[in-house]
Amino acid sequence: MKARTLPRALLRRAVGSVPRGSTSPALQFPAIRLSSSISQRLGASHVSFPGAVNSAFTSDLKFVVPSDYPAVPTYRVVDQDGNVVDRSFKPDLSNEEVVKLYKTMLTVSIMDPVMFDAQRQGRISFYMVSAGEEAISVGSASALDQEDVVFCQYREQGIFAQRGFTLKNFMSQLFANKHDIGKGRNMPVHYGSKELNIHTISSTLATQIPHASGAAYALKMQHINDPSVPPRVVAVYFGEGAASEGDFHAALNIAATRSCPVIFICRNNGYSISTPTLEQYRGDGIASRGIGYGIDTVRVDGNDIWAVREVTKKAREMALEDGGKPVLIEAMSYRVSHHSTSDDSFAYRARVEVEDWKRRDNPIARLRKYMEANGFWDESKEKEARDSIKRDVLKAFSEAEREKKPPIRTMFEDVYEELTPDLKAQMQQLKDHLEKYPNEYDLGEYEDGINSLKS
Amino acid sequence: MRVSIPLRPLSRPSTSVNALCKGSRPVVWTSRRRNYSTHPPNARLNIPTDYSTTPLLAHSSQTALANPELPPEARNGTAKRMNLFQAINDALSTALAEDENVLVFGEDVSFGGVFRCTMKLAERFGGARVFNTPLTEQGIMGFGIGLAAEGMRPIAEIQFADYVYPAFDQLVNEAAKYRYREGRTGRSAGGLTVRMPCGGVGHGALYHSQSPESLFTHIPGLRVIMPRSPLQAKGLLLSAIRSNDPCVFMEPKILYRAAVEQVPTSAYTLPLSKAEILKEGKDITIISYGQPLYTCNAAIQKAEEDLGISIELIDLRTIYPWDKECVFKSVRKTGRCMVVHEAMVNAGVGAEVAAAIQEDPDTFIRLEAPVSRMAGWSIFTPLMFEKFNIPDVARIYDGIKKLLEY
Repeated sequence: MKARTLPRALLRRAVGSVPRGSTSPALQFPAIRLSSSISQRLGASHVSFPGAVNSAFTSDLKFVVPSDYPAVPTYRVVDQDGNVVDRSFKPDLSNEEVVKLYKTMLTVSIMDPVMFDAQRQGRISFYMVSAGEEAISVGSASALDQEDVVFCQYREQGIFAQRGFTLKNFMSQLFANKHDIGKGRNMPVHYGSKELNIHTISSTLATQIPHASGAAYALKMQHINDPSVPPRVVAVYFGEGAASEGDFHAALNIAATRSCPVIFICRNNGYSISTPTLEQYRGDGIASRGIGYGIDTVRVDGNDIWAVREVTKKAREMALEDGGKPVLIEAMSYRVSHHSTSDDSFAYRARVEVEDWKRRDNPIARLRKYMEANGFWDESKEKEARDSIKRDVLKAFSEAEREKKPPIRTMFEDVYEELTPDLKAQMQQLKDHLEKYPNEYDLGEYEDGINSLKS
Repeated sequence: MRVSIPLRPLSRPSTSVNALCKGSRPVVWTSRRRNYSTHPPNARLNIPTDYSTTPLLAHSSQTALANPELPPEARNGTAKRMNLFQAINDALSTALAEDENVLVFGEDVSFGGVFRCTMKLAERFGGARVFNTPLTEQGIMGFGIGLAAEGMRPIAEIQFADYVYPAFDQLVNEAAKYRYREGRTGRSAGGLTVRMPCGGVGHGALYHSQSPESLFTHIPGLRVIMPRSPLQAKGLLLSAIRSNDPCVFMEPKILYRAAVEQVPTSAYTLPLSKAEILKEGKDITIISYGQPLYTCNAAIQKAEEDLGISIELIDLRTIYPWDKECVFKSVRKTGRCMVVHEAMVNAGVGAEVAAAIQEDPDTFIRLEAPVSRMAGWSIFTPLMFEKFNIPDVARIYDGIKKLLEY
């Protein structure tokens, strides 16, 4: 690790020294490094090519080999048995607040199998559980400010739950009923919320990562334009598979060069659908890449909610330092569940491997052990919490299932800000058609039936 | 092509390019006519466009200010001679000055841009609002969408339309669908405007000549705009920037220096999704947009002279969502029509316009000849053969004759 961080520190010093030591034009435009401001001194021990300032000359022909470097270590606060291992750690939450986080994780983990089964029964079209990753989403979300902007991939129900997305919100989206914020247009699990500052999920992998860089630049500019707007950060979540997309590369590079206050949070759960990480990358995970982009990086035990909280808190502080900069967190976990309801993961991994993870280490059990060790949780509280959450989930479920679907008109709206003449004409065509063939369609489940198509 | 344009590998402006920008130097360059722009000695039709006399440009400030689409304050103001890149620069500068949420970025925009469209903007508005990005089109587009989704009005530049494809996913699946999938949250990427130089330039070959507009017109949610002149570019670009829908603004790069006209100095917009009738006529309707309008105009002049007919010329301006009513009305009057564009004929804009014309019952029964499409062949733009690919005056002239003879 030492060897890796060294060039970066030198680089900082080199860039910093240019305006101080000279009266070059760089003084007036410190943001722009002109190539003419860097030149090679005679007899220098370091190269000053504009592309790599202050790289030491060497007469030793040696390739940099990844295996020469130890893997980036994984930070943890609490071990698998719930014991605190970071001696400097001091819990910053009251016992009640810890219980609340625990219950949020529990809510997600109870909703998951209920909805998974609902899909199996054909009551919703699709579902994705987030078993094993509840601590990453709930823990990191709990360390962000509510005004911070969040972009998700799709396996982050915990963030929504932590920020205040209600069971009714979840269920309305999953059943695509008239209360769905997304107006019934998106596949299940593609949640979004304006009040909670979470952008709506899209299926396209990694596209949200450069959005986050842009949004972070927007927040930075809004704070500069109006200092009464508090400084905020953007947090963006993605899996280790998505990190292979070009958008990941683009986003990290642009965030670094434009100094955007964005926290990149990678959920490395070992698989993207059936592809194990050995077929995804050959470097040291995702964390090792952050350094290459000049981004401060940390790897954390994603099954340890305390560790996730600690690194996110620290990352948020760092992201706002010096006018803003990106930070990368790689949170390690294991995808205990199938990829989605369309996937049978035992086709590509051993049942025993999954069972081992479930039994030996998972984020909910670990926090429960911590709470029990500290004397504020026990078996009866556990049972009571599980029962009451399950009741609430089932209640929201059956209410959402009974609701009508959004008006058919909704399908034409929001393509543009206003309905175009073309869209108005097409809406009329659909209306004429439905009137002509009333028995071919079931309009009863849609709010207002055919009437919503009136122009 | 009379002037040399810097192409992609250019890393620094050459002194000659700088000299060009300082004032009315193009005169010097007209004498340096390139081989490919000469025409055969006996040519009567395929004579290079003389932009200094074409009626499609406002050569006097009175003509410019008399434009009925201008708001009163623009009409009562002054006008200034500008070429297309200067008009775009003027629009960008206006947008940056009037709204602090406007940002301009892309590859090499900081020093003024490889086509000089962003000259002096970084100096005037600061490096935080006008800046270079790393060389990544998908990153530029994604970054712009994120900015727009958080309430900014980003103006992203793709250096050449030929290089927009890495950003296609971001345009199709993200920018276009943002408002739709957000539903009730009301968020959108509507603040986003994407500028890109497009079209043939005489020697751009495969990757500096493309006109991919029909790929964008197949994406619901986007507005696709192509101006033909400096006056139009300023008004339409300001409309695009102020529009709450994501806009793809395509700039025919051959016109950057060639098209010069009087442009109103005050800020004004021109309506989107509204075509403009450039010339009235009763026998044939020609529909086009961008640079080919000049070619169409030259062909129309010859055809009217030779054949004693009158031809209506329509500039679509916004290619999607396009002004069907204007086109239908004209074709109902003339009964014959031709769509002209540089991009290849197959599934091009002409296909959509022709289909819509024959699909409209009132227009269909007035057709006296099949709708004709005059466009690039279904090939790429090869370096030494560009003049045989992009529709020229002779091909359009011949198309007019065939329409009449049908």
